[in-house]
Amino acid sequence: MRYAYYPGCSAESTARDMHQSTLAVARALGIDLVEPKGWTCCGATAGHQTDRLLAVSLPAANLTKVQDMKLDMLVNCAACYSRMKVANHEITSHSSIRQGVREALDRDYDGSVKVRHLLEVLLEDVGLPAITKAVKRSLNGLKVACYYGCLLVRPPKILKFDDPENPTSLDRLVTAMGGTSLEWPCKVECCGGGLSLSRTDVVVELTGSIIDMAASVGADCIAVSCPMCQVNLDLRQQDINKQTGKNYQIPIVYITQLLGLSLGISSGELGFNQLMVPASSVLEKIHERA
Amino acid sequence: MITIKNKKNGQGLKRAVEELSGVDISVCFQCKKCSSGCPVARLTRSRPSEIMRQLHLGAGNELLESDLVWMCASCETCSARCPMGIDVAAVIDALRKLALARGASKQKGNVPLFNRAFLKTVETFGRSYEIGMIAAYKLGTGKLMNDTEKFPAMLKKGKIALLPPRGGDRKTVRRIFKTVKQNKEAKA
Ligand code: SF4
Ligand code: SF4
Ligand code: SF4
Ligand code: SF4
Repeated sequence: MRYAYYPGCSAESTARDMHQSTLAVARALGIDLVEPKGWTCCGATAGHQTDRLLAVSLPAANLTKVQDMKLDMLVNCAACYSRMKVANHEITSHSSIRQGVREALDRDYDGSVKVRHLLEVLLEDVGLPAITKAVKRSLNGLKVACYYGCLLVRPPKILKFDDPENPTSLDRLVTAMGGTSLEWPCKVECCGGGLSLSRTDVVVELTGSIIDMAASVGADCIAVSCPMCQVNLDLRQQDINKQTGKNYQIPIVYITQLLGLSLGISSGELGFNQLMVPASSVLEKIHERA
Repeated sequence: MITIKNKKNGQGLKRAVEELSGVDISVCFQCKKCSSGCPVARLTRSRPSEIMRQLHLGAGNELLESDLVWMCASCETCSARCPMGIDVAAVIDALRKLALARGASKQKGNVPLFNRAFLKTVETFGRSYEIGMIAAYKLGTGKLMNDTEKFPAMLKKGKIALLPPRGGDRKTVRRIFKTVKQNKEAKA
C-alpha cells in the first residue's frame, strides 16, 4: 500500500500532532506514504470565498504533482480533502475551468487523480479485521463521540464519503479498537471553523452547543479527523467556559492518535502533549503509563 | 418580515447571482429546509430561505447588506438538504462576491480582510503562515484580537510555527495568483 500523502499546511503548525500520528500509524500498519515534493496550500475556505479559478488552481497544483508520481493522493485533513475533490469535479465538469487552470499552471490537468481520505484507506484498503488484529491495547471502556464536521461529508454528491447525515467511519474504527462509540446528534454539525478568527462570537456559540451535547451523552473525548475542527473545539472550550460559567474539559483527539495508542505507540510519539485540553484522562483509561 | 426596495436594479442582482452560482432561483418552493439546517440561522437576522425568496421577488443591492452573507460558515448543509437540489451555499457565495465587487458596507469581523491576509501568506510562501496572516489581519482591523491571550500557550505547544513555511513550490503558486489577477482585470 503506497500513497502520495498530502499533509496540508496545518501539518507544520496547528496540526503537527495529526501529522505525527498519521505517520506513526501508517508505519505500524505497513502503509507507505510519500510526500509530493514542493506541495503547496489548497487555499482552504479563503480561496473558495475569493475566486473560483483560484479555488480550483491551488488544489490542482498539488494534484498534478501527484499525477506525476502515478499514485493515489491520500489526505487526512477534511478541509484539504474537500478542496481537492471539488477541484477535480470542477475540472472534469467544466471545460472553461480546465482551460483556466491550464493557463494558471502552465500545464493541462484532466482532474483524474484519485483522492482518498485516510479513513477510506483504513476502512477499505487495510480493513477493520486487520486493524482489530493489530490492536495491542484495547480502548475498552473509553466512550468516544465521533465528530465528522462538514467538510468530510459535504457536498455529498461530489465527495461521496460515507452516509452524509449519519456517517459511521470513525465509529466503526473506534469499535474495532475495542472502544464505545456514542450515539449523538452532532456528528455532522458545523463548528464554524472557517469563521474562527473573523467571527469569534459565532464560533463560540456553535462549538458551545457541540461540546454541550458531547458532555451530556457522557463522552470521555471527541474524536475528529480535521485539524480545523480539532483546533476549534479544543481552543474554544476556554471561551465557552468563560462565557457560560461551565467547566468543560473534553479532550479533542485525532482518530489517528487513538488508533496509535491502540496499536501500542507511545502518547509522546503521537503528539498528545500538543492538545490544549489535556488528554490525561483518556490515557489513564487505556492504561498508558506516560 | 420581507420587504423589497429597489425592484428595478433587483433583477440585475438576481441575474448576477444566477450567473455566478449556476442556480435557478425560481425553482425554490420555500420549504425552508435550508434554514432549519443552517447552523448560524439562529444568530442571523436573515435566513437562507429568506434570501432565496427575496432574490426571487427581485431584491436589489440592499440584500448584499444581509448579515448572513458574512456569517455563513460555508458548511453546505443547506445545499445538501435542499429537496430541489439547489446549491444554496453557492448563492450565498455569489452574494459575498457581489458584496465585495459592489462595495457593500463592511460587516463586523471583516471576513474579506481575513481571507486576503490568509491568501497573501499563501502567495508569498506557497503555504499558509499563521503569524504572517494574523499580523496582516490585525494591522488591517486596527485592533488587537481577543485571541492574542492564547498565543503563548499555543506557541508552547508548537501549534504556531515561528518560521515561515519552506519547501513549497512558490513559483507555481505565484503564477496562479498572477493569472487569476489578470483574468479579473480582463473581465473588469
Ligand atoms: S485546508 Fe488548511 S491545512 Fe489544508 S492545505 Fe489548505 S490551508 Fe493548508
Ligand atoms: S472546522 Fe468546523 S467548519 Fe470546518 S470542517 Fe470542521 S466542522 Fe466544518
Ligand atoms: S431548501 Fe431549497 S427549496 Fe427549500 S427553501 Fe431552501 S432553497 Fe428553497
Ligand atoms: S452554508 Fe451558510 S447558509 Fe448554508 S447552512 Fe451553512 S452557514 Fe447556513
